[in-house]
Amino acid sequence: MSTQEQAVVHVQRDDLRTRMGMWLFLFTELLLFGGLFFAYSVYRYLYASDFALAGKEMHVIIGAMNTAILLTSSMTMALSITAMERGNKRLSILYQLTTITFGLLFLVNKYIEWSAEISAGNYPGSTELAAKSHGQIIFYGLYYVMTGLHALHVIVGMTIIAVMCAFTIKDVITKDNYVKLEAAGLYWHLVDIIWIFLFPLFYLIN
Amino acid sequence: MEKQETQAEHTSHSYSIYVLVWLGLLTLTALTTVVAGINFGALTIAIALLIASTKSYLVLTVFMHLRIEQRAFKIFVFVAMFFLIISFVLLFSDYSFLQGFIK
Repeated sequence: MSTQEQAVVHVQRDDLRTRMGMWLFLFTELLLFGGLFFAYSVYRYLYASDFALAGKEMHVIIGAMNTAILLTSSMTMALSITAMERGNKRLSILYQLTTITFGLLFLVNKYIEWSAEISAGNYPGSTELAAKSHGQIIFYGLYYVMTGLHALHVIVGMTIIAVMCAFTIKDVITKDNYVKLEAAGLYWHLVDIIWIFLFPLFYLIN
Repeated sequence: MEKQETQAEHTSHSYSIYVLVWLGLLTLTALTTVVAGINFGALTIAIALLIASTKSYLVLTVFMHLRIEQRAFKIFVFVAMFFLIISFVLLFSDYSFLQGFIK
């Protein structure tokens, strides 16, 4: 084995480790959201009718739109990696910027939705919500915590992708070394998966 | 030689497969939204979770490249999912057990 080949093997092994490290981090995220999903499932089991009542007031169209937006952003993220693999730097940057734009669109929708909920009096501590049943109050509590934590992840994801974009422009991320972009992609896809479960659990109860 | 092999391993995802999976994901989203309007009773939540799991599977295997990752990654994810599901099963067996006592 020549020294050049050894160097290549070494680089590849590093990439593998980076991705494995990212996956391990994602498992801790799974625990974080898993705990909240545990809480959700137990309360939904205990207050089934209250959850159904509160769920009817959710904005299904905004929820469905946001699902489509996030799924599309996941696709553009994956495409940016393929573009980088093929050495198409400009296309990769374009896809990364598209992904960030979709993330922003998601947050705008979230803002509209939360504003509507708050103006309807459905926020923790409001007199309107206090008058509702115990199960409905818990539903809204979980709704704000879980979608809020998720939105925070979207913001973090957008920031990471913005940094990756700068890295791509400065040639830190290149055709031969794009593992950072892959790791950022993994994070973004996890945020997408969490939303895939949040959507039916909060918006599609009847 | 080795570099060529590893690169071939990485470029096995074309643009078109992502677009196809994206279309599949959108279709499943439409399906779960429409199906939610129909009352299947206790099956409603099961159907919603089944569709969500299918979507996650697609994202994990194609978007997150698990399909072409080394076996160790697949085992890791499997173990993580396994313990998450076990926790849910234990949680609910505990709850239904306690409910029997409360009643």
